[in-house]
Amino acid sequence: MKFGVVVFPGSNCDDDTHYVISNVLGQQVEFLWHQSEDLHRADAVILPGGFAFGDYLRIGAIARFSPVMRAVEKFARAGGIVLGICNGFQILLEAGLLPGAMLRNAGLRFRCLPVHIRVEAVDTPFTCAARRGQVLEIPIAHNEGNYFCDAETLAALEGSNQILFRYTTPDGHEDAAANPNGSLANIAGICNRERNVAGLMPHPERASEASLGSADGLVIFKSVAEWFARNGGIARHNGENAAALQAR
Amino acid sequence: MGTFFLMIDTEIKVTAEIAAEHGLSPEEYARVLKILGREPNITELGIFSVMWSEHCSYKSSRVHLRRLPTKAPQVVQGPGENAGVVDIGDGLCAAFKIESHNHPSYVEPFQGAATGVGGILRDVFTMGARPIAVLDALRFGPVTNAPGAAGASAELTAKNRHILDGVVGGIAFYGNCFGVPTVGGDVAFAPGYSRNPLVNALALGIARRDQLFFARARGAGNPVLYVGAKTGRDGIHGASLLASAEFTEESQQKRPNVQVGDPFLEKLLLEACLEAMQIGAIVAIQDMGAAGLTSSSCEMASRGGVGIELDLDRVPQRETGMIPYEMMLSESQERMLLVAERGREREVIEVFAKWGLDAIEVGRVTAGEMMRVMWHGELAAEIPAKALAEEAPLYQRPIAPPAAPRGSGKLIELLPEGTNLTGNFARLLAWPAIASKRWIFEQYDHMVRTNTLAWPGAADAAVLRVKETNRALALTVDGNGRWCWLAPREGAAAAVAEGARNVACTGAQPWAATNCLNFGNPEKPEVMWEFSECVDGIADACRALEIPITGGNVSFYNDTLGQSIYPTPVLGVLGLLEDASRAVGIAFQQEDDAILLLDGAGERARTEARSAQRELSSSEYALALFGIVSGAPPAVDLAGEKRLIEALLALTGDKLLHSAHDISDGGLAVTLAECCFASRGLTADAHIAATEPAEAAVFGERGARAIVSCAPESLARVQEIARQYSIGVADLGRVTRGEDFAIAVNGIRVIQARCEKLRAAWADSLKSVMAG
Repeated sequence: MKFGVVVFPGSNCDDDTHYVISNVLGQQVEFLWHQSEDLHRADAVILPGGFAFGDYLRIGAIARFSPVMRAVEKFARAGGIVLGICNGFQILLEAGLLPGAMLRNAGLRFRCLPVHIRVEAVDTPFTCAARRGQVLEIPIAHNEGNYFCDAETLAALEGSNQILFRYTTPDGHEDAAANPNGSLANIAGICNRERNVAGLMPHPERASEASLGSADGLVIFKSVAEWFARNGGIARHNGENAAALQAR
Repeated sequence: MGTFFLMIDTEIKVTAEIAAEHGLSPEEYARVLKILGREPNITELGIFSVMWSEHCSYKSSRVHLRRLPTKAPQVVQGPGENAGVVDIGDGLCAAFKIESHNHPSYVEPFQGAATGVGGILRDVFTMGARPIAVLDALRFGPVTNAPGAAGASAELTAKNRHILDGVVGGIAFYGNCFGVPTVGGDVAFAPGYSRNPLVNALALGIARRDQLFFARARGAGNPVLYVGAKTGRDGIHGASLLASAEFTEESQQKRPNVQVGDPFLEKLLLEACLEAMQIGAIVAIQDMGAAGLTSSSCEMASRGGVGIELDLDRVPQRETGMIPYEMMLSESQERMLLVAERGREREVIEVFAKWGLDAIEVGRVTAGEMMRVMWHGELAAEIPAKALAEEAPLYQRPIAPPAAPRGSGKLIELLPEGTNLTGNFARLLAWPAIASKRWIFEQYDHMVRTNTLAWPGAADAAVLRVKETNRALALTVDGNGRWCWLAPREGAAAAVAEGARNVACTGAQPWAATNCLNFGNPEKPEVMWEFSECVDGIADACRALEIPITGGNVSFYNDTLGQSIYPTPVLGVLGLLEDASRAVGIAFQQEDDAILLLDGAGERARTEARSAQRELSSSEYALALFGIVSGAPPAVDLAGEKRLIEALLALTGDKLLHSAHDISDGGLAVTLAECCFASRGLTADAHIAATEPAEAAVFGERGARAIVSCAPESLARVQEIARQYSIGVADLGRVTRGEDFAIAVNGIRVIQARCEKLRAAWADSLKSVMAG
């Protein structure tokens, strides 16, 4: 399979994500430039962390109008696998591909530290190689990771099992102290109803090699590769659309 | 004098008085007249004043800096370029440099610190190196009312907290967005830094050896391109007024002289520059830092032995009605000047366009050696480039040791032998200089670029892997201003020794160093004496430890209201690990591991109680608990340091050590506690044999020592290697999973407490202090 990593001006985890996919996961990967609508036949697209367009105006507000995002949106609507990490998650929220919004961290400061997240659902391309309830140690590094949505949306997220990761203690208990940013319901990552688009604040690419302190994050990239090997990139129910996209 | 430049117009006639207002002495002005053979116009005067400012010309320091050793086989580029460069093997080089941004950080802490980081990053990537790490050495006035605050008022400590908060915020703002990890640094507090905090930023980058770039213009006719942000009226005279003069009550009015940073723009500039360098159409490049367009143009010309011509009408401007004086002196951030190969400028311009940046041809390289500035079709300035750069004035300033010997104040009163020191120890752990710096480094992205093998506080130095190789680099910044005030030569040597020891504790060979020399007003003979002594101390230690200095920065005029800061040389020492898997952290790893004290001094002679008392009076302990800064720092034993470093390298090379942590601030007790705090629930019950009083034995800061741990089965081998290198090795006990942390001296327990309780005192202190 082939991964695509989007490069916006100001993306700064693009190299790191590329490195893990090619050097650790051993899969094909290509950078996707923000000004192009060509996804280079990628089977999964990752929006990496960083400060796309300097986070000016509002995080993701400029990035979502990039040509590449038009292609990503089409790809996602057709069932393509899209993962947003940190800033990439924020952009997916802003683009309306995922529900909710980010507020500033509860402590009003940038926080960079390893945290623990519990895998809440394993029936997605992003978590299928993990165990339900598995606790992953993965770092965060953000200023605005305080996830928020209205009660109705939260009920919908919970109802259709769209919460993929929650901040917990190392042994998997959900408590306020384990929540690094004040995020609603300890949410660290979610997916859409169709389960092909996901975003998370922690950086799995920073926790994919034991020498960096943890290799727990690799399971997320592995999941995508395994899912693709099993199911193909575009969900079957969207077959026609998918064929059209793949042909491009 | 803060805002006089706003009233300047191009027609103004230059007089000796105006020259004096620009900071030029009568002798310097006479020299200007001689060089030009006429009176300068106001633009030319402005250019001379910034280029001959202390900040740009190093006129007071250069004669001394020559004494530093700068040569070694690994040195590719020594002092004099944007950054120093050393070979690290596998066809790669490390480019690194440290620079101060002290005065701006007092005037406007957030932007001052942010632009300090921005400036040093540009210095590194103009060499063709991608920045992979930043470290910061920070010095502030007291932030608590502990005894070490020397009675600082609540208002002053609140102000110092505000400065600390702003500086940390500014460093985080810039580095996090730019995408470089801030991986370490050091922080200290002393009353003298209250109105003159120090912000020294060090950046490290990696480049291919065959793709280095230099700031040497060549090739008459080659176009000069301007890239990056537009030029505005910000930062005018930042170098000459902010950085090259003492602070007074009016300093706050200098806020308009502080620049504002845009890390996003700098990130684009980085990517565009590195990409443009790849295509091979760039001849020379220099960032527009202090003295902006002026220094970048005339320094590139001067180094290359050519002339340069600029057409100011083509310079992108943010404001209307700017005159040459303002454009040449602006310190607007995120700008670069580069020389491209004639005929290939299109390719360069296209790369910049891809990143959304303008690259504008603003001039050309010329034969001869004149810097010519054109404006509205007329000659606005014409000065020989060399006269501004290499031939700037040089001073052998008067030097005089202090009239009264230092350190003769009240010494610490040693507690009777057998006194329980646990309470004092807990207070020392909570002293902000000793306490955990987590509150600070959590605000920094210290992991981006996924090279960080040792996070802040996890090892004695930051350790970064070099991707696509087996290698890693270790990097640390150190400097003890208190010691340098008491004994400058000794204190400066100790800073080098500590940096080298730190990188060696991680398993890295000390490879090269950069220095940031922060001092008071060089026109004061006593300050020049401190400076000269410190340079000698650095030179002594670098020679003994075989560490070349590859560059750095001098920051004079760190005086406020006539009071100079402690002389504070900060050393950034880079180490090389040929095998990254040998890297060692400070945390104890395993229960039952042996805890050993390695001592470069070997089997030591008896320490006299009196000298132990004098040494302890210069320690962090004496400052933190009693507000005492007196006596003399421990003598630096460079031969012992060298033996210890070599032994550490042999031990880590054989992968015998599970942890290594050097003894420095807070002494053996703090070092041992940190090994426990960094571990996962391990502690120590240590027994030490000492010839000095117990208080000095646990809190004394004599160098050339480290606490290491190893598996019990490796113990004999470690002891044997230690003996081979003629270093002392004392068995302090075993790593335990017990609840108590304890230290006994000569069989008497002087420290004993729940390890978790001590850890909490250490871990939470800075956070609660900063919460006000």
